Amino acid sequence: MPGLIGKKIGMTSVYSAEGKNVPCTVIEAGPCVVTQVKKVDTDGYEAVQLSYGEKREKNTPKALQGHFKKAKTTPKRKVVEFQFDEEKNLGDVVTSELFEEGEFVDVVGTSKGKGFQGVVKRHGFAGVGDATHGQHNRLRAPGSLGAGSTPSKVMKGMKMAGRMGGDRVTQQNLEVVKVYSEKNLIVVKGSIPGAKGSFVLIQK
Amino acid sequence: MDAIKFIENDLSPISELPSFKTGDTITVYYKIKEGNKERTQHFQGVVLQRRNSGANETFTIRKMSGGIGVERIFPLASPFIEKIEVNKHGDVRRARIFYLRERTGKSARIKEKKFIKK
Repeated sequence: MPGLIGKKIGMTSVYSAEGKNVPCTVIEAGPCVVTQVKKVDTDGYEAVQLSYGEKREKNTPKALQGHFKKAKTTPKRKVVEFQFDEEKNLGDVVTSELFEEGEFVDVVGTSKGKGFQGVVKRHGFAGVGDATHGQHNRLRAPGSLGAGSTPSKVMKGMKMAGRMGGDRVTQQNLEVVKVYSEKNLIVVKGSIPGAKGSFVLIQK
Repeated sequence: MDAIKFIENDLSPISELPSFKTGDTITVYYKIKEGNKERTQHFQGVVLQRRNSGANETFTIRKMSGGIGVERIFPLASPFIEKIEVNKHGDVRRARIFYLRERTGKSARIKEKKFIKK
């Protein structure tokens, strides 16, 4: 899939032509530099490696410094592979012009960490039904974990409390409302995963 | 943050509205759609609060209608707002004057500002 690496800037709302309030997310999309082109003969598959986000040379390992030098660019923070239909060359710059207004994109990001959460928030359990009628301490409890003597164990993958968030999340089919190619900004309809300033992948 | 401001200015610009604050009495002329006809209505009352910022900014107006308090919230950037008239500049000490809800009659009056800084 062709795509770009970007950064979530934040949310705002936009009024549509009919006067409806449309919640939108602003993403800084690119510019990304092609730092490696993978071919079937040399790597076994086709891919274009894009890099995005400035990084200081001092904080970059020597091996990576050499890798970026090959593409005649500065060290970058995020490196991701994409598949493009057209041919890309080492050192090419891919900008937000890749996207058109009105088309639909998928945005991949890392969701905000929520810490240790119970089953009601984490898995959408309903909790125990009543708050009254003698019930006193099981309101948000998980309930039964399964049958008794058979199987006499808790099944693998049983939904329980635990760490929530910080996962890779894909939000599909977001409409591109506006593209500002000179500022490398795109505006998509709806929300995207992650905190402001976090890296996201925008895929066609 | 600047990128957001830039986009708000470009995509949902706030039309020329007079400046008004909490405590002011204003009249909002807003368009309403009925089928495919459009007409203008107005709502006059005291500004209780202005909240949020940029394209999301809204303000709450309260008026007494036949002894019943009516409040309406308008988004400042709404394309349906035709114009706003400031009728009175109120002299209040806080940004959110919800205490007005508990008051009726004489105590619900708001002092008028005599000198307005431009």
